[in-house]
Amino acid sequence: MKKLKLGGNNILLAITVVLFVIMYLGGCIIYADKGFTHFQTFLNVLINNAGLIAVAAGMTCVMLTGGIDISVGSLIAMDCMFLAVGMETWGMKSPVLMIMVLIIGVVFGLVQGFCVAYLEIQPFIVTMAGMFFARGMTAVICKDQVSIVSDQLFTAISNAKINIPFGGYENKKGIYQVPFIRPTVVVALLVVVLVYLMLKYTKFGRSIYAVGGNQVSATLMGLNVRKTKLLTYTLSSFLTSIGGICYCLNTMCGTTTQATGLEMDAISSAVIGGTLLTGGVGNVLGSLVGVLINGTISTLVKTNGKLVSSWANIITAILLCFFILLQAVFAKIKESKKA
Amino acid sequence: MDKLKKITKMKLFLPIFSMILVMMINVIYDIASGNPPLSFFTISINNGILYGRLIDVLNRGSEVAILAIGMTLVVSASAGTDISVGSVMSLSGGLCCMLLAGYGVTNVSEYNVPLWVGMLAGIAIACVCGLFNGFLVAYMNIQPMVATLILWSAGRAIGLLLCNSNIVYVRVPSFQFFGGYCGIIPTPIIIAAVCVAIASVVLRVTALGTYIQSVGINKKASRISGFNSAKIILLCYVICGLCAGISGLVATCRIYSADTNNIGLNMELDAILAVALGGNSLGGGKFNLAGSIIGAYTIQAITTTLYALGVSSAQAPVFKAIVVILIVVIQSQPVKDYFKKLSAKKAAAKEAVQA
Repeated sequence: MKKLKLGGNNILLAITVVLFVIMYLGGCIIYADKGFTHFQTFLNVLINNAGLIAVAAGMTCVMLTGGIDISVGSLIAMDCMFLAVGMETWGMKSPVLMIMVLIIGVVFGLVQGFCVAYLEIQPFIVTMAGMFFARGMTAVICKDQVSIVSDQLFTAISNAKINIPFGGYENKKGIYQVPFIRPTVVVALLVVVLVYLMLKYTKFGRSIYAVGGNQVSATLMGLNVRKTKLLTYTLSSFLTSIGGICYCLNTMCGTTTQATGLEMDAISSAVIGGTLLTGGVGNVLGSLVGVLINGTISTLVKTNGKLVSSWANIITAILLCFFILLQAVFAKIKESKKA
Repeated sequence: MDKLKKITKMKLFLPIFSMILVMMINVIYDIASGNPPLSFFTISINNGILYGRLIDVLNRGSEVAILAIGMTLVVSASAGTDISVGSVMSLSGGLCCMLLAGYGVTNVSEYNVPLWVGMLAGIAIACVCGLFNGFLVAYMNIQPMVATLILWSAGRAIGLLLCNSNIVYVRVPSFQFFGGYCGIIPTPIIIAAVCVAIASVVLRVTALGTYIQSVGINKKASRISGFNSAKIILLCYVICGLCAGISGLVATCRIYSADTNNIGLNMELDAILAVALGGNSLGGGKFNLAGSIIGAYTIQAITTTLYALGVSSAQAPVFKAIVVILIVVIQSQPVKDYFKKLSAKKAAAKEAVQA
């Protein structure tokens, strides 16, 4: 049997999982009378964050190469606006639009990836320009808020429920409530599983780790570092577009201010989930737990009812700060051990 | 040909060139729309205050110019940018108005505390933010952009919290003075000029500028030669926070209210763009403050021109983002190498013809 090594990175992941369990159980105890204990509450966290899960999976890949992608929030807003305007104003069919959104994502990622990989510009600058570009494009496409009402297929997917055979409960009126998830959750979880398998078993996935670990040695090993980076940024934007469709299915509208600060959530999810900012170490499953922690924080703030929603932002930022500091401390310990 | 090369190699070529380009566009636009061709440059005195598009650019560009001072130093010392400046602006404005009006009050015509207390508190909190960023970057070795990402998200949220998620109005003339007019000249122009003057004097008289550049060029070497690199980087971030605080207060006084959601929105892009336009490399090292300041006013001229052309404020980021990418692409090493190769090839071909 393989022994589970408890290195610094596993400790980070373990801390994350423990933190999530404590937070959720704490919520269950404090807000027991407000229905926090129901299985559906947990499923709602998944439903509300389906888009974010897909985005965080892409973000993890980018961060594994040692880069970062802060354009994701704005890209989602652009996707949503495109979908909404496409259906309502241009009268296009939703499947066509969805494919177009995915293509937009790939092109967007290719441009960013090219600037990062082949022109050697700092990822942060490139994706920040991308962020403002996409945010501005939402206003170029349409300045008003557009809500989707007429497209039947899209509304049907949005309202579809997938029932889960266990974990039901009776509500106050004595009616049995069957817990359910939306199709978006299935898509998001599928993305996580596929990315996990890709990172673990494919050549591309392994080269992502190698590039992030040490770019020079990856080059010496004969890996095409630039191509790997280009493909990683493309993958991130592609997954973000999938996330954008999920997000749009949740909100059913496109606005210019949609998904502001989502990049922050995605990055903090990945960092909380044990992905190192310096690259090379990390795991998609950790990021999933990170998203769940973020979702639980906002659910706790909402359940409290008295707190302003900006508290969720502040708590996430504090958590992110805490985990970044933890990473820095671990890195320092590692260095001193080497010396 | 050689003269042209000399001109393009000058330090301030890029910012001045782009400034002239923007002005040319304005002149062409004025001619096309039937206005007198030089209406961009005309300055007149209406109702006892200076009036004109050029004054407008100088006035509105004050915030970016002040931010550009701090951002230049941060970029030079740490090879990274401080993306929290916009949020810090809104935080300092929020705290100032909250103190002046009292917590939970949204509209006052009398100060709750003296004006200087509110102003000082706003600047102090901005400095604390800078200290926090600087600590993470200098002592914990965290990438600058990730470290400042924390306050980028939290700063605005804390500002909202301080203002109880409301817009706080302070309708007192002495508060409005700082965003209004001092005699015939807009006060923000004077504030920006004073900030720039102080910064350039300090950088010129003391050795601070040299220290910052040497840390940016090689952190380890400058530490070995006896500088405290970490302290210098920390200082740069504190100065950047200070600048963000001052410009936040200017932005708040301008609209005599703390609109926490909108003050300093997208300002970090403008500040970074100003630094890049000023001919500074975003990879750190040598810096040129004059370039950044000219860059800042160029950005404002671009913004004003975009508005004049009928582009809305929500759409403007598209064009600015394109400009950023173009500048960074021109500055990037592979493109530079490519052009060098191209000119070398041309020279070789010339020689071959002559031989």
